[in-house]
Amino acid sequence: MSEAASEAAILTEELAKSYGDLEAVKGIDLEVRAGEAFGFLGPNGAGKTTTINVLCTLLRPTSGRAMVAGLDVDEHPDRVRASIGLVFQDPSLDEQLTARENLEFHAFIYDVPASERKRRIAEVLEMVELADRAGSLVKTFSGGMRRRLEIARGVLHTPHVLFLDEPTLGLDPQTRRHIWAYLEELRKREGITMFMTTHYMDEAEFCDRIAIIDGGRIQAEGTPEELKALVGGDIVTASTGDDAIAAEEIRRIFGLEPIVDGGTVRVEVLDGAAFIPQLVRETSVPVTAVSFHRPSLDDVFIKLTGRAMRDEEADTKDRMRVMSRAWRSHR
Amino acid sequence: MTSGEHAAASIAGVRRPRVFRASLRAVYIIWYRDVLRYWRDRARVITSLAQPLLFLVVFGTGLGSALRGGFGANTGTGLSYQQYIYPGILGMTVLFTAIFGAMSIVWDREFGFLKEVLVAPIDRSAVAVGKSLGGATQAMIQGLVILVFAPLVDVKLTVLSVLELVPVTFVLAFALSSLGVLVASHMKTMQGFQMVMNFLMMPLFFLSGALFPLTGLPSWMTVLTRVDPVSYGIDPLRRVVLGGAGVPNAVLDKLGLTLFGHTVPILVEVLVLLVFGVVFLLLAARGLRVRE
Repeated sequence: MSEAASEAAILTEELAKSYGDLEAVKGIDLEVRAGEAFGFLGPNGAGKTTTINVLCTLLRPTSGRAMVAGLDVDEHPDRVRASIGLVFQDPSLDEQLTARENLEFHAFIYDVPASERKRRIAEVLEMVELADRAGSLVKTFSGGMRRRLEIARGVLHTPHVLFLDEPTLGLDPQTRRHIWAYLEELRKREGITMFMTTHYMDEAEFCDRIAIIDGGRIQAEGTPEELKALVGGDIVTASTGDDAIAAEEIRRIFGLEPIVDGGTVRVEVLDGAAFIPQLVRETSVPVTAVSFHRPSLDDVFIKLTGRAMRDEEADTKDRMRVMSRAWRSHR
Repeated sequence: MTSGEHAAASIAGVRRPRVFRASLRAVYIIWYRDVLRYWRDRARVITSLAQPLLFLVVFGTGLGSALRGGFGANTGTGLSYQQYIYPGILGMTVLFTAIFGAMSIVWDREFGFLKEVLVAPIDRSAVAVGKSLGGATQAMIQGLVILVFAPLVDVKLTVLSVLELVPVTFVLAFALSSLGVLVASHMKTMQGFQMVMNFLMMPLFFLSGALFPLTGLPSWMTVLTRVDPVSYGIDPLRRVVLGGAGVPNAVLDKLGLTLFGHTVPILVEVLVLLVFGVVFLLLAARGLRVRE
């Protein structure tokens, strides 16, 4: 085994997965170091879930190789399964059982020693602040509580790598912040490697490193700062009396490449604070509102792929997911 | 050892899972979950008595009256039609509960819980075995509950006949719930459920001898009744229930299952059921093991 493989928590080489004619993942190389929080970003249908399903041995790769915790996922699926934890995109709790019973079930099938089982269950329940609801049936839980319980379950058997597939999908912003706080705390306490997918760009800030995937290929990889540096400056967004004229003038006077999009003019500049007064002074059409922000990962994504992260199709699918969750919780 | 140390210690060498041991524990916990859920849903035990009761009281009385000369005289057994179908209705209850119970695996798939089991470091045959035993346990209990209707159809139960019923019912329940797991292992959604009902469960029921004796039938139907695993459960149930109530063996033989003109002993019938069950289970385990 190469040195890189023994140190990396996850390593893939030219990993590809097709469903019949459909190439979902088209040969990706990833390296996730032990103890790292690694974000896997991309729109729905980009190949995120397929990649996770291969890494967690639910699907077999079509070609290429994937190692998790130093083990080839295709050769040693059982040993890989024992060393990973999973928080799935769709709910996977038994609603007819209590929170504690769900965890006991998990402890049993993951062969957590009897001597540790009780203590460990108490510990993870405490961590996600569900200790007082341990005896309640999961069907009485809110979406956020279910997610927390799934996270607790995912780490119950002290895995090396925790996979989280869209852990906050369909949750309200406050609950999302809570979930991330738990994950942060978890990482500190358990020293666990985390591999997570999300299509909320702001959440990716939490990760040590990020890979952006689109169309089954890795488009960029690095720390959030490194990726943002790809954009190269501040993003100035202005509303003007006539966007087309404003854009033309910006192009002519400043030699920049503005984008007119949804009633605003966007332009990438080195120093936003210094640029705004010049913009207001030099353009012939009135500037009614103007702001600038440091580049976000959204901007990185737009730069790399030429479009925004969220598209209509993904939103519809997510709404259906959210609705089906709501329906289930009333079942 | 704190959890932090635990994680650090296990980074060095990946814990080798004890797959066999874990799988045995998995069988237990999967069985336990099904039984627990069944117990939580006790109200269902009562409501699901409605169908067998309808069969016994309404169907039994109605068809019994329509039989010219009466069932007892026609068959030369002296039994009422209701007494005849009573063990059959017990078997029907086992059949439906076992297959429904095992097919909860499809619900588990739809509601995501199956994933939790399929990514665990266990052999997937443990899932098949656990589910089969879980479904079988529910079906056996549900079947034995039918015994409360015995006075209704004037069948006397003895301690011995009830004790004999337990293993017979369980083996029938095991064979059928293994069949349910096998079907479920190839179903992705509950949409195919109606098909299973129409093309599997109803034929199994009608061909089993639950409602009419399997003698003197046209040959195509005789063949079908003999390949129906349920036939090998209904006959022993009838022998035990009615035999315990004092019906002579000669009468039971007259109504009983024959293969190539020979009466089949109870032990052989039970063995046939066991073989059916094990084969279904092996096929189900193979179906669950497949990864794309």
